[in-house]
Amino acid sequence: MLSVQHLTGGYVGDSVVKDVSFEVDKGLLFGILGPNGSGKTTLLKMLSGLLPFTNGEVLLNKKSIKEYSSKELAKMMAVLPQHSVQSFSYTVQETVALGRYAHQKGWFQNWSEADEQIVQRVMEQTGVIQFKNHDIQELSGGERQRVFLAQALAQEPKILLLDEPTNHLDLSYQKDLLDLLKGWTTDRSLTVVSIFHDLNLASLYCDRLLLLENGKVNINDVPNEVLQEERIRSVYQTKIQKQPHPKVPAPQMVMLPESLSMDKQPIIIDQSFFIRSADDHIALRSPIPLRTMSSGVVGSGTGWHQVFVNRHVSKDYNCSNHRKEMIDYLKAHGFEPGETVGMMTAVMLEDVSHQLINAEDFSIFIVVTAGVGNAVDAARSEMHSFQITPGTINTWMFVSGELTEEAFIQSIMTATEAKVKAMEDLKVQDAVTGTIATGTSTDSILIAATQRGAQLEFAGTITPLGRTIGKGVYSCTVEAIKKSRQRIRT
Amino acid sequence: MQKLFIQTNLNNKVVAYITASLFLVIAMLLGISIGTVSVPVLDIIKIIGAKIFRISINETIDPMYTNIVLNIRLPRVVLAGLVGASLAIAGAAFQGLLRNPLADPYTLGVSSGASVGAVLTLFFGISIPFAGLFTLPLMSILFSFITIFIVLMFARKVERTMKVETIILTGIIFSSFLGSLISLMISLTGEELRQIIGWLLGSVSMRGWAYINIILPFFILGSLLLLVNSRELNAMSFGEEKAQYMGVNVQKRKMMVLIAGSILTGAAVAVSGTIGFVGLVIPHLARLLWGPDHKHLLPLSILVGAGFLILADLAARTVISPTELPIGVITALIGAPVFGVILMKRRTERRG
Repeated sequence: MLSVQHLTGGYVGDSVVKDVSFEVDKGLLFGILGPNGSGKTTLLKMLSGLLPFTNGEVLLNKKSIKEYSSKELAKMMAVLPQHSVQSFSYTVQETVALGRYAHQKGWFQNWSEADEQIVQRVMEQTGVIQFKNHDIQELSGGERQRVFLAQALAQEPKILLLDEPTNHLDLSYQKDLLDLLKGWTTDRSLTVVSIFHDLNLASLYCDRLLLLENGKVNINDVPNEVLQEERIRSVYQTKIQKQPHPKVPAPQMVMLPESLSMDKQPIIIDQSFFIRSADDHIALRSPIPLRTMSSGVVGSGTGWHQVFVNRHVSKDYNCSNHRKEMIDYLKAHGFEPGETVGMMTAVMLEDVSHQLINAEDFSIFIVVTAGVGNAVDAARSEMHSFQITPGTINTWMFVSGELTEEAFIQSIMTATEAKVKAMEDLKVQDAVTGTIATGTSTDSILIAATQRGAQLEFAGTITPLGRTIGKGVYSCTVEAIKKSRQRIRT
Repeated sequence: MQKLFIQTNLNNKVVAYITASLFLVIAMLLGISIGTVSVPVLDIIKIIGAKIFRISINETIDPMYTNIVLNIRLPRVVLAGLVGASLAIAGAAFQGLLRNPLADPYTLGVSSGASVGAVLTLFFGISIPFAGLFTLPLMSILFSFITIFIVLMFARKVERTMKVETIILTGIIFSSFLGSLISLMISLTGEELRQIIGWLLGSVSMRGWAYINIILPFFILGSLLLLVNSRELNAMSFGEEKAQYMGVNVQKRKMMVLIAGSILTGAAVAVSGTIGFVGLVIPHLARLLWGPDHKHLLPLSILVGAGFLILADLAARTVISPTELPIGVITALIGAPVFGVILMKRRTERRG
């Protein structure tokens, strides 16, 4: 569809774009990325025929754009520039109708039925038809941008060039606009070439990305290849981190503010951070948000949390929506659910066991509440009927150190293994199978790290972190189970 | 529903043209009728009708009336109308091109150029062979041409793509420079001073049919050039870049509009001197009343501009009769407050 070959050019005496080559196939959404001044807009202006180029060639349907007349080009290609000037009070309909200019012939062109239909159609598609008699100057930025998109679409182009189309748009308009464009590329085989400022939006919507650096092509590939941490860091000269999108297989880039990486006074989390606000829960409030990975009722998964609540509920606690009930409980006790990891247990909270273990350059604080009333042997668990009852072994680990994602997962593995060992050594039996149990049916685990101080890359069983976790979780679990058994016996 | 919209839209336009035409006809009749000798409107129609259709009227009409109408007032009214129409349509076109509702033909320095040409002619007593009386207007047109081309060349030198901002700035630079040239010549001149100042303030009196013959071909040429570019002007009022993307050959069309505008302004300045505010207020008024679509804005500006200058001239010669005020004074006196009122009204009621 569009073929750019060794394109070089720019403004007088200065080549902003240097030897850029790429191809865009029909029906693709092609994104152009690059830091400020990398030549994105200049490149787009050369593609659209607005700026002449000194070297190279731009072929549109295998024909040089220099061979197209202004009108011919406008029938093939429409452009939505970043800034649109509107000095006079044209109505939306008049504005959109101007897009038909290239399709009309002669000096006193007649407005045909077909022209009218196309204008009505594109106004409907972009959702501006309800403002058609409004003055464009009365519209909001997002509405106006859609009017100009309708104007460009009224040209019935085969290829649409856009310069940061979502600039100045609200979140919802950004999404609507890009959904619309994406729909056109798949449904109508419209080819879209767009400059993006926002790497994450580009990653979400584009089929291919071209990364410009100082007017040259850095890479032209699929989003996952283009958006590599190292590459983006060096091109944009800034700290960013790559992470997956939660729902869509598209990489996302997050910025790392300088101030956060500066203030890194290590903090040790220990029992002094317990807060006692009510009898039916144990709560710990960290002075800083901690990086967490957990399986709590509230705040599960990975995230950043500052408050940790282990709540006692009666054995016959049964609620159709325990998550909502837990959130209400947290709110009622003055905790902010968004920054809290909340767990439940039927165990008496007095039987909690906790321990601070100091290693060479880090420390770990372990908190365990355990009861083995509904202990299960995981290897034979199919013999149990499915029923959610409040967790009975809740393990918390607070690491004063900086953990990698890998270390988080290994910590959970190590802690689980230590727990299983404790169960075995105390001969806790699964009541149904009669074998040694590996845990209970609803155990929860939390690993939280200050992300300050020592770098802890691994947490396998023989690594320094793994060793302390293994030792601490084992001893705390054993102690907690013993306390619990003591209570039942007496 | 859609049909209805087009229908009402069309009806609105028809009403607009009828209103503007009526305004012009009434202005003309008033302009011809009122004066030291009052001529009844019915007689005016008969006299002009007889002249046009070359039929003799049975009733006797005072030959003095016929003389006043055909030789004094009609040429004056027609000239005022043509000058007003030229300035208004040129103003509308320049405003569209420069995307500035407050721009006018003078922004480009065209009128200053024309004035320099005229003042030079008066100052040095230049006479083009065989041109005789027409030396002054011809020189004005010539100088407006020269000015616009120098302005454009200069702008192109400054910036190859000739952005509108560059052109406006260049126009302002040239206006100031040429304005001081005129002041210099006025300071140096002796007894010709009155004539130059009188001419600078603008007037359409005592020009006769000869001046109409001078301005008419330029008016027709310039207006036609602009009318065929009305859709391009619509596109260019969204920015030259945008217009290019819509398929407008911007370089060529911009040049056509600028040339047409300078022909109109140059010719108007030549026959009547510098009359301000018409090119600024009339297109603005027409745009507020009937919308910014140049397809209708340009012809409507012609009609309203013509009527407006005829009325302004009528006021100029009747307010402190028998002494005549410079017409530029009247246009500014009427134009400025009207402009202010329009601006205020625009805030409260918008068309929809």
